[in-house]
Amino acid sequence: MRPLTRAVTIAAAALACAGCSLHNAQNALDASGPQSARIAGLWWLMLPIAAVVWVIVIAVMLWGAGRKRSVREVMETRGGTEVVANDEARSRRMTRIVAAGAIVTAVILFLMLIADFRVGQALTMAPSTKVVPIKVVGHQFWWEVQYPDSVPNKTVITANEIHIPIGTPVVMELSSPDVIHSFWVPSLTGKKDLLPGYTRSLWFRADTAGVYRGQCAEFCGLEHAKMGVLVIAQKQQDFDAWRAAQLDSATTPSDSLAQHGKAVFLGTTCVMCHAISGTSAGATTGPNLTHLASRSTIAAGTLQNTDANLYAWISDPQRIKPGVLMPATKLDPRDMQALVAYLRHLK
Amino acid sequence: MCSRFAEPAARAGIVVLVVLALAACSRERRTFHDSPPAASVAAESAKAVRSDSGVSRDGPYGNNAWALSQGKQLFSAFNCVGCHSHGGGGMGPPLMDSAWIYGFEPANIYATIANGRPNGMPAFKSRITPQQTWELVAYVRSMSGQGSKAARTNRSDEMEVRPAEAQTKTEKPVLVTPPPTVTPPAQEGHP
Repeated sequence: MRPLTRAVTIAAAALACAGCSLHNAQNALDASGPQSARIAGLWWLMLPIAAVVWVIVIAVMLWGAGRKRSVREVMETRGGTEVVANDEARSRRMTRIVAAGAIVTAVILFLMLIADFRVGQALTMAPSTKVVPIKVVGHQFWWEVQYPDSVPNKTVITANEIHIPIGTPVVMELSSPDVIHSFWVPSLTGKKDLLPGYTRSLWFRADTAGVYRGQCAEFCGLEHAKMGVLVIAQKQQDFDAWRAAQLDSATTPSDSLAQHGKAVFLGTTCVMCHAISGTSAGATTGPNLTHLASRSTIAAGTLQNTDANLYAWISDPQRIKPGVLMPATKLDPRDMQALVAYLRHLK
Repeated sequence: MCSRFAEPAARAGIVVLVVLALAACSRERRTFHDSPPAASVAAESAKAVRSDSGVSRDGPYGNNAWALSQGKQLFSAFNCVGCHSHGGGGMGPPLMDSAWIYGFEPANIYATIANGRPNGMPAFKSRITPQQTWELVAYVRSMSGQGSKAARTNRSDEMEVRPAEAQTKTEKPVLVTPPPTVTPPAQEGHP
């Protein structure tokens, strides 16, 4: 390749990379709140310093490896006895260079340490203003989400999609009944592990409305990679409306297909693990399905919430998420269609 | 020793033996969408044994490691542990010992799960599929060491209060007399 062609190709590739911006992508440098902004700030402080130090170190190393050595140096390394008159001056110069290098390194590291401590302190400092408390329980392989309220029957229980108001800090109470998980929504907050037997807390705030994707960040089993979470940041009034709607019990469908679907749900293995408020289904092993149709994804962010995906998921979850704890359910196609119609009715 | 194995005839013999041994290997069948027959209603009686059910001595899944592990998972997920604990019993009878009240054959246990029993065991017929019921049957039997040792599960997710099923001693099941059925007293003062 001619040099010009090569340069043009590289430039084109660089431009193409710069043009990448995935919808819903997890990007710790695309901060949408103070917590992630602090972490991104630390990165932008450390990256240039580290880059400059790296360039200097490599340059000095290459210069040292490539330069021609004088006859005197060769004599010295071979154990020559000839002592040169100005050797003392040279040795003093070398000591000064090495000492200066060590001091500069120590100062740089110390400044980065201070910056790191300051960010760490700011991340853990609990907000003093009014907060929204949310309980998040990590299960293999999905997230249980609860909005506690002083009035017990006003507690909202949902899964995998966390709605939060913008501008108000949320404090998450994290726990796990099975193995270690880690909650990480890169655009909003750093990671925090969910440890069995402990309750840990994490706070963050979203300043711009939007949907932020997160992910379990601690290997938790076969389907760790498909344990996604969506944080939906919305205006306070939208959040209040959503929360009020989530309090409603599921309504009985009016069309006969969905009515049959309800009977299928309550008369087969679904009812052993899932809850739908307003019906006799009250199990807590799997996600609460009371408002399933109001969520945009199923199976912890694995599939879009559509009729076809629900059908495929229920009939054979192992095909979509091998190792998931939900067993396959064999139903005849008519019952299955009715079941999907009922689940899609659960707005 | 080495020189003897180096002989062509001995070498050929070893190859044949290895090939024969490999030919005996078979991977167990794992079916995610199985429709095993439900055990017939005749198994309701504790005395009725395998003759009526048409299933093998250990049930359809007694020797299938995948089905046993599924059964173990469902045993927790479906909250069997709520009454039977992890085999030691509680509100319900223990399942890891040799005593069986309503029969120990797979068909009997199937009937117990499907139709329930007096004094509190609920009927799950209209809740769980025949495949899941058979998986539970296989797991329940493995708790007292029944079925293939090679297929039984080797570790537990919960805190280990007893060795996992693969290390469990095989109990010799015996039938015991059912306790008298308790009828709850009529509740007064309730609408």
